[in-house]
Amino acid sequence: MNRKRISLRQELPLLVWLVVVWGALWQDFSPGNLLFGALIAVLVARLFYLPPVELGGRFNVLHAAAFAVHFLGKVVVASFQVLYLAAAKGPKVISAVVAVPLRSHSDLLVTATGHVTALIPGSLVVEVDRSTSTLYIHGINVRNAEDAEQLRRDVRATEAGLIRIMGSQAELSALNQELVP
Amino acid sequence: MMDLVLTITAVVLSLAAGGAIIRIARGPSLLDRVLAADVLLAIVGAALCIDMAVNRHLNNLMLLVAVSLIGFVGSVTVARFVADRREQPRES
Amino acid sequence: MNPETFTVDTVIDAVSAVFLVVGSLMSLAAAVGLLRFPDLMTRMHAATKPQVLGLFLLLAALGLQMRTWWVWPVLVVAWIFQLLTVPVSAHMVGRAGYRTKHLHPELLSTDELEAVVQQAAGTRGFTDDDGDQPAGRR
Repeated sequence: MNRKRISLRQELPLLVWLVVVWGALWQDFSPGNLLFGALIAVLVARLFYLPPVELGGRFNVLHAAAFAVHFLGKVVVASFQVLYLAAAKGPKVISAVVAVPLRSHSDLLVTATGHVTALIPGSLVVEVDRSTSTLYIHGINVRNAEDAEQLRRDVRATEAGLIRIMGSQAELSALNQELVP
Repeated sequence: MMDLVLTITAVVLSLAAGGAIIRIARGPSLLDRVLAADVLLAIVGAALCIDMAVNRHLNNLMLLVAVSLIGFVGSVTVARFVADRREQPRES
Repeated sequence: MNPETFTVDTVIDAVSAVFLVVGSLMSLAAAVGLLRFPDLMTRMHAATKPQVLGLFLLLAALGLQMRTWWVWPVLVVAWIFQLLTVPVSAHMVGRAGYRTKHLHPELLSTDELEAVVQQAAGTRGFTDDDGDQPAGRR
């Protein structure tokens, strides 16, 4: 077995998440319990080895907060849109499968973009092409090429937000260069 | 006021559960039924949540998480099966 | 009890009552979508996604009603579990649905995946012969 050593910095998000879950399951956030949870988290992370997620090496909290608020707003709006569609259009609704090529080729960003896109009502990831990092998205109420273009722009905007939060430095500068001219 | 909320949500969730059950009964394919069963499970979760909020206790919280995880594992398993199964009857 | 805390309590109660009603309406939205939409993929939009908002509202109402700080991390964990699982199961069901041709082609305005699938089927032959099916069925 050739296990790559994971640095503690790379493993930290997983450990913190495990400790939070531990505290939540006990519904007890006293320091002693959290310390024991941390011990178990390290033990679990060592025993049940997972291939490390390749992080971009940075995380922008400010952008993340803005993104979360934006995301919640979008979910609220889109939920009511789907409710309206179900009630008003019903069986006559037209949808489409749209290919969206992404900028990033890192697995983490493609996965995160797919996740966020799938969580916003009205779009659903049907298939992922990892080699070209293209998402095939089934969008509801996409009646013509214009709507499809709009959907494509939305998904790419989501990806841009995610790159600003946790993309690598190279991806970030590529994004900035694309947006400036 | 909480009594009123409880009545409204009970009616709404009952209607929703009825709709999901109709889809389970009618659903033309297996995947439709799985989807509707998933929705039914989510409605059960919502009912647990409302009960906790109205009566101010947290006894069902882990049950809520368990219910949503069961829904997840169930639909993923069935989805994997269907991808293999449904081709055959049409080809033969 | 002085009047000020009383009003704060009433406001919190009112907000959580609204959250509870809207949250349960989201379940109704899912059921209406299940009954009204024409094919599996559109039904999936209605079925799983409004529940994300629905559970968020219900958990927020629960947190407001409990009035202790330590329930919030628990509720956030419960919600994040849902955020992590819903897209995965939706993707699995959606992919299975697409591969087994659960959608009505006449209700799609464009299908940019089909050409790719056909091309892939032509060059290396899919294991489950996905590519030849649509031509035969139409």
